[in-house]
Amino acid sequence: MIAPAPVLTMSGIGKQFPGVKALDGVDLRLLPGEVHALMGENGAGKSTLIKVLTGVHPADAGTIELAGAPVAFASPLEAQHAGISTVYQEVNLCTNLSVAENIFIGREPRRRGRIDWKRMRARAGELLARLELSLDVSAPLSTYSLAIQQMVAIARAIDIEARVLILDEPTSSLDGDEVEQLFRVMRRLKEEGIAILFVSHFLDQVYEISDRMTILRNGRLVGEHLTERLPQVELVAKMIGQELEELERMHGEAGVFDRPLVEARELGRAGAIEPFTLTIHEGEVVGLAGLLGSGRTEIARLLFGADHAGTGEIAVGGAPVALRTPRAAMNHKIAFCSENRKADGLIPDLTVRENIILALQATRGWTRPVPREQQDELVGRYIKALKISPPNPEHLVRDLSGGNQQKVVLARWLILEPRLLILDEPTRGIDVGAKAEIQRLVAELSGGGMAVLFISAELEEVLRLSHKVEVLRDRRLVAELPNDGELTTDVLMETIASGGRAS
Amino acid sequence: MTTLTVGRASVPTKYLPVLVTGCLFLAMFVAGGIRYEGFASGQVILNVFIDNAFLLVVAVGMTFVILTGGIDLSVGSVVALSTMISASLMAGPGWPPYLVIPLVLVIGSGLGLVMGYIVHAFDIQPFIVTLAGMFLARGLCYTIGTESIPIEDPTFTAFAQARLDLFADMWISPSVIVAVVVVLAAVYVLHYTRLGRAVYATGGSEQSALLMGLPVARTKITVYTISGFCSALGGVLLSFYMLSGYGLHAVGMELDAIAAVVIGGTLLTGGSGFLLGTVLGVLVLGLIQTIISFEGTLSSWWTKIFIGMLLFAFILLQRLFSARSRR
Repeated sequence: MIAPAPVLTMSGIGKQFPGVKALDGVDLRLLPGEVHALMGENGAGKSTLIKVLTGVHPADAGTIELAGAPVAFASPLEAQHAGISTVYQEVNLCTNLSVAENIFIGREPRRRGRIDWKRMRARAGELLARLELSLDVSAPLSTYSLAIQQMVAIARAIDIEARVLILDEPTSSLDGDEVEQLFRVMRRLKEEGIAILFVSHFLDQVYEISDRMTILRNGRLVGEHLTERLPQVELVAKMIGQELEELERMHGEAGVFDRPLVEARELGRAGAIEPFTLTIHEGEVVGLAGLLGSGRTEIARLLFGADHAGTGEIAVGGAPVALRTPRAAMNHKIAFCSENRKADGLIPDLTVRENIILALQATRGWTRPVPREQQDELVGRYIKALKISPPNPEHLVRDLSGGNQQKVVLARWLILEPRLLILDEPTRGIDVGAKAEIQRLVAELSGGGMAVLFISAELEEVLRLSHKVEVLRDRRLVAELPNDGELTTDVLMETIASGGRAS
Repeated sequence: MTTLTVGRASVPTKYLPVLVTGCLFLAMFVAGGIRYEGFASGQVILNVFIDNAFLLVVAVGMTFVILTGGIDLSVGSVVALSTMISASLMAGPGWPPYLVIPLVLVIGSGLGLVMGYIVHAFDIQPFIVTLAGMFLARGLCYTIGTESIPIEDPTFTAFAQARLDLFADMWISPSVIVAVVVVLAAVYVLHYTRLGRAVYATGGSEQSALLMGLPVARTKITVYTISGFCSALGGVLLSFYMLSGYGLHAVGMELDAIAAVVIGGTLLTGGSGFLLGTVLGVLVLGLIQTIISFEGTLSSWWTKIFIGMLLFAFILLQRLFSARSRR
């Protein structure tokens, strides 16, 4: 196949941020009718490259050519007018407005000065039909799922005669069917000759949809490859720059633990999780497996006192306790890293140091501030232990990449030296390298005697780390499986599907 | 727009708050009609319009601001300032009304423009900016005069006292016409112009509106200007009603206007609400006053107590709605 001329060429792009060289001599070319994946770990420079392309940041070096003519966009709006549209991970639409309005707002069809609602709805319907969607276009956007909202964002993007469509992690909050739907739309657009730049952390998805990929590492170009000619293992190696053998070898195993730390007996909460009995021993990693909404997070919240249990009792170290508030749980040295690090955990406008010290300070009360010296010592230690990058404690958390933000949340709880650490989806939305580090850390911690309750949607990950796996289905704990040699992801999936009846 | 949801005949949740206010108004009217003689007449409702035309106009401006997620505390003071400027210019140098009224409208809009600009350019909370505007405008009243200034201009008083007869012995004042025109114009702007849709979008999510390339800055400045204009126009209507200018006119009217908007079902967080709701909100407030005056024995402070209770009820209702729609 002879490749047509690229619609967009970026060459020698460099971008310097205070103290960091974010991009250095990066090339990227997008061909019409191709899905091009932009790969790299968090902090490799993917977001920066997209921001340079769409005019959020000016480039310090290099040139951008659109259809052969040099361009430099001063704002995303300018880029949009030139035919480069971006759909971000967080859908940036107004959910209070109707579907049709969200597609057309700012350029509504008008007749004699007034908005022509009828024509707008008709055109919105046509546009969505192009994406094989049939929606009630006059219904408020908030009535539709996130996946549909994303499609609407795409519809908005392609209405502006888009030549280049950038999808920045569009799949991270979609479920399987929704991803399929998105891919159908992407293939459709591809056929129409639109060049699509696709960013995702899910390798399988990248391999399913993309034709070509560009790999970045530490702000530098590693290479451009045709997807079909680059095996996954090589891709990962290129992304993190080292072999993943260590991780491959890692596999959790059933162990004998005899010192129960947290015992929940018939603990339950109406509407959230049916009564369950669960014992977590010291040094044990307990995995929670189950589909989204099966009650994984609900168990974690009960154990952390974030929700009140309706029934049952809980004992820590043999003594019955009442975990009415997270604070009470913290006093019993239980820590909870929540799923939603942005909303529940981190304060983006504070520095890394302030964020890490927060929980420790909270347990001491405000009358006994943590001495600065001790703060610096602790924070320095954990930045080093978790390889938080950049290793500057005074950096604002908002400027960190997703994986590093997750590490800051982890550090905050580790500093309390918890006996039970609850991790709810600690590796979601972060790259392979950071994932491996977090997994390694979990293994280390449990080796040191800490109990870990590990929640993840990725069954491989659960298997790799856990000593035993609790299987959830429809808000019920259906099985407890020791992680012996016979437990595989297939067995786990079978158990989830059958509801534990087989075993 | 769809008025029915699929399957069963129900009103979409976005119209529900307005519907609740409408039902409340009807219930109050029926209850009043049963309890008091001579209550259930068309003129009682028209009187509510006549007595509250200025509040209605001010509340229209407030609706724009609240729809973007802002607030304008300066409206009451701007109303007072407008009455004061009109009265002093007509009484002192003897300016004719057709010069005074446009001037007042320009001053009010200008004040709104400046406040809107400060809110946008320095990214300061509208609460603080308009609080400053409130003190400023109220203070300016007293630089003009501390006493009430009567308005004796013949054209002005003639217009103020005009009665437009409708059928069946019913009548309205010219102010009602002005208020109705303002309401209709505002409905048009909100639903049939890009400005209006940008108002809703900004209130829904300012960040998204920006990323969608909407002129958020211009929209925000414009809504405060509209609110300033409406306050000044409300001031003119109040001077028709009072035939005087006074620095203590319209004390607390900003709160009445906010109350009317909220009772009308507009979310204080912005992005959701209808002008019809605001009209109903003003009518409910007016009807409470009417009922209290019919009752005769109750002091007028009971009005405030009822408004207070209604506000509590409606804010709880909003909370329920937004909690449910988030799920």
